[in-house]
Amino acid sequence: MKIEAKEKPKVKEKPGYKSIPIGGVIPKAGSSREYKTGDWRVRYPVIDKEKCINCLFCYIYCPEKCVVVKDGKVERVDLDYCKGCGICATECPKDAIEMKLE
Amino acid sequence: MSKKLGLLGTSAIATAMRQINPDVVAAYPITPQTAIVEEFSQYVFDGDVDTEFLTVESEHSAMSACIGAAAAGARVMTATSSAGLALMWEMLGIASGLRLPVVMTNVNRALSGPINIHCDHSDSMGARDTGWIQIFSENAQEGYDNLIQAVRISEHEDVRLPVMIMIDGFITSHNIEVVEVLDDSDVKDFVKTNKAPFSLLDVKNPITFGPIQLFDFYFETKKQQSDAMRGSLRIIREVSREYEKLSGRKQPIVDMFMMDDAEIAIMVLSSTAGTTRSVVRELRKDGIKAGLIKPRIFRPFPVEDIVKSVKGLKALAVMDRSDSFNGFGGPLFTEVRSSLYESSNKPLIMNYIFGLGGRDVTVENIKEVFDTLQEVARTGKVENLINYLGVRE
Ligand code: SF4
Ligand code: SF4
Repeated sequence: MKIEAKEKPKVKEKPGYKSIPIGGVIPKAGSSREYKTGDWRVRYPVIDKEKCINCLFCYIYCPEKCVVVKDGKVERVDLDYCKGCGICATECPKDAIEMKLE
Repeated sequence: MSKKLGLLGTSAIATAMRQINPDVVAAYPITPQTAIVEEFSQYVFDGDVDTEFLTVESEHSAMSACIGAAAAGARVMTATSSAGLALMWEMLGIASGLRLPVVMTNVNRALSGPINIHCDHSDSMGARDTGWIQIFSENAQEGYDNLIQAVRISEHEDVRLPVMIMIDGFITSHNIEVVEVLDDSDVKDFVKTNKAPFSLLDVKNPITFGPIQLFDFYFETKKQQSDAMRGSLRIIREVSREYEKLSGRKQPIVDMFMMDDAEIAIMVLSSTAGTTRSVVRELRKDGIKAGLIKPRIFRPFPVEDIVKSVKGLKALAVMDRSDSFNGFGGPLFTEVRSSLYESSNKPLIMNYIFGLGGRDVTVENIKEVFDTLQEVARTGKVENLINYLGVRE
């Protein structure tokens, strides 16, 4: 069984110069959640559950904390924020992660 | 009631700063700084102002402190000159890019090397594309007037851009002139209070100033900034009109002297306009139709006013107190010439680079330019497009 995101994140139409706050000011706190860094990505990780031993190296090494773990097991990758760096795939001792082209 | 005082150019500026009573002044107090901040620090010490005065370790830090204070919503001022402005360069772009209304006096002096801090415009012309509104002053009175107006322009809700006003180094900064100083209360009423749309100190509404903006937003922010600069000319006109009423002194975007029927004219910024004015008066006595055009506003570049100002001229000399080292001509010249491209009614044009590193510009020098202009107007031919006035061969 391969774990893939059910749906790719939708790239929202971004606001133009007529509506954004001046000077690049972010006028409220905690808004980085809304900034989906997932659209920087060129490749996305696909985890092969057959090979995975749930060592959670990928979870620990992911700089964006995008590997979602449930009950001590890898569940999925949060593609809203996964930037496709491939660190998880490099660190996986079982070569269970493949980086696929978007 | 306003009163007439004999003031050094630097004192005229410091007096305006005292009357404006900014919340924060951050400055680096050593050469090439002028006596502006020295005199202002005395006002701080004497309790004449409520200003938090920060002496920092460099001009880069001075502008950084101004940016922080402006982001907090304060009314912020500073002063600098020459290499000091050059050291601020990185932060100049941050002040304008974050749309922070910092108001600064720059005393125009040369950039090294060779080492020189005498009058020329290399410093502020080097900063002409940093997103600051730039206003040039002919004398101490104009420096005083421009600084007071700069506060209102900079803090206007449709502008929110930093403003630098210029006075000529030594010629204006270190000479005593009669300056008509407004009543303290009139200045206070005129400058109003700064209504910052955002404040870093508003803990109930936490915000972020200066975040990273990549290829997906930076461009939009820059387009906004560009529109604000272009639109600021309308606000400058409004503020100028209001200040005219208060002071009784004309505040033109482009000052014109004896231009109604002029056939030849010099266009020049700042104190050299004074020398040119007196030469124009003399030439007029001999029936020579000479005139003077002095842009007060350089950023935003007042294209329409410039085009209008040269209507009817046969020949125009644009004089630059700095060189662009672009292999073509000075900054005022290239922009004026570009402004006239579509105009059907344009004069023959030439450029004079002059007065670098404080080289004196004499009445004879200006007469020489007018002599050449007469020749150009007569023959319809420009021999040399780019000229260096008063340089030894
Ligand atoms: S590709 Fe990078 S960001 Fe995405 S899950 Fe792997 S380590 Fe995290
Ligand atoms: S690093 Fe590899 S083996 Fe370890 S949990 Fe992640 S996918 Fe499974």
